[in-house]
Amino acid sequence: MSLRTRSDSTVFWATLVLGTLLAVVALPTPLLPFKPFWLGLLVIYWALEAPERMSLRNAFLLGLLGDLLVGNLIGEQALRLTIIAFIVLRLRSRMRFFPMLQQALVVFALLFNDRVVMLMVRAFQGSAPPDWTFWVAPVTGVLLWPWLFLLLDIARARVRPRES
Amino acid sequence: MPSPGNDTSPLFAEADSSTLGLVGFVLLAVVLMVADHRGRFLDAIRREAAVLAGPVYWLASAPARSVRAVHEMVVDRSRLTDDNTQLRQDLLLAQARLARLTAVEDQNTRLRELLDARTRLGLKAQLGELIDVDLEPFRHRVLIGLGEGDGLAPGQAVMDSRGVLGQVVEVRRYDSLLILITDPGHATPVRVARTGLRSIAYGSGSLDSLSLPHIPFSAGVRVGDALVTSGIGGVFPAGLPVGSIVQVEPDDSATFVLAIATPAAAMARSGEVLVLRDESLRMVGTDGVTLDFVGPPEALATTPTAISAQPDADHSRPPPP
Repeated sequence: MSLRTRSDSTVFWATLVLGTLLAVVALPTPLLPFKPFWLGLLVIYWALEAPERMSLRNAFLLGLLGDLLVGNLIGEQALRLTIIAFIVLRLRSRMRFFPMLQQALVVFALLFNDRVVMLMVRAFQGSAPPDWTFWVAPVTGVLLWPWLFLLLDIARARVRPRES
Repeated sequence: MPSPGNDTSPLFAEADSSTLGLVGFVLLAVVLMVADHRGRFLDAIRREAAVLAGPVYWLASAPARSVRAVHEMVVDRSRLTDDNTQLRQDLLLAQARLARLTAVEDQNTRLRELLDARTRLGLKAQLGELIDVDLEPFRHRVLIGLGEGDGLAPGQAVMDSRGVLGQVVEVRRYDSLLILITDPGHATPVRVARTGLRSIAYGSGSLDSLSLPHIPFSAGVRVGDALVTSGIGGVFPAGLPVGSIVQVEPDDSATFVLAIATPAAAMARSGEVLVLRDESLRMVGTDGVTLDFVGPPEALATTPTAISAQPDADHSRPPPP
């Protein structure tokens, strides 16, 4: 158990570092609206697979980190990630046994809901409503989800035997 | 309901996700957001934490940097020669234009003395480089590699070689955030260069357009009209190019026209930018005489070497309190 936890933690931290980098990495301008909410996807994955790592508190802290990096309102991503983590942790026991398609649908619903939360925060802040490209990111997120899921599963399975 | 032993069964792992926890963290997040938005209590924390963000930005901008480096390496010799010729020609033209401007400036100074006008706008420009990271696609904010130590202050205008880019909104230790003029929350006071009509160009949220609502029909704004900053509001000095009008159409009320303009500056991530520093006075738009100043800022009017020497000169000066 402890071995498993330790090897998992390598992957866990690696994904967090990579996720924060991806969150601010520069893309060519036409691709900008397609940038998925990387931190959100990571929170979904870890809350699903290793809930002891992605507690509400950790999701909140990760969100704070993201806010500081992106330089917008402090607490916005913290709020969004906490909500995502809460829903996933609640649905976890059912969601784990969903087939991939159904799981992807739930992920889409989560990411869509996240955009709605984001829109609400923006509205309270008084910024102008964004255009339709605002809603593209959840779609790219859900298209990436199966690959991310498989990739991380493989990574965790690989790291495990090497350390034992 | 305590779980037996330390091996928590996955089915009961959601004990951690109690509704109380959610409410707590959501409240905390809301308090933070309100504090950040309203009181700006968190500015100090933000500034310090941004120091930690530096390496992350550096790493995240590495792909873009390497792409550019590779591009520069593989670009062939003939392209470079062409570029060089083109740049030489541009320089020649620019110098010829500057020579003319110097004459105009002399004339201007003399006329000003005759009119006994107030001291003219003194501008200094500081060269800075944009950091290649995407903060968020729906807020047009970019990061620039100049910070507190370089004497930046919120509200300074930023431009590239073609026109106004935006202004500084947040100064941190080693880098600063700019808001672009295309941000939906940004408004730029402009003047139509041909007619002198003053208006406001709002950011549209897309990088290639600005919108100017509520222009009277009688103002005669046409497609192709150049927009320059009007100097009203004091952030942008007067006379800097902002963009040109590409579309004019009557709005819903049929009493005004809505004009769409494209920004003159290369909004999509240009490499180097100039941060303008207003040395002498904040322009007040009601003063008709100072408003009519049209021309390059002082630092731009000198030779290019003088511009590149500028940052060094700025380092020696203590940052404004």
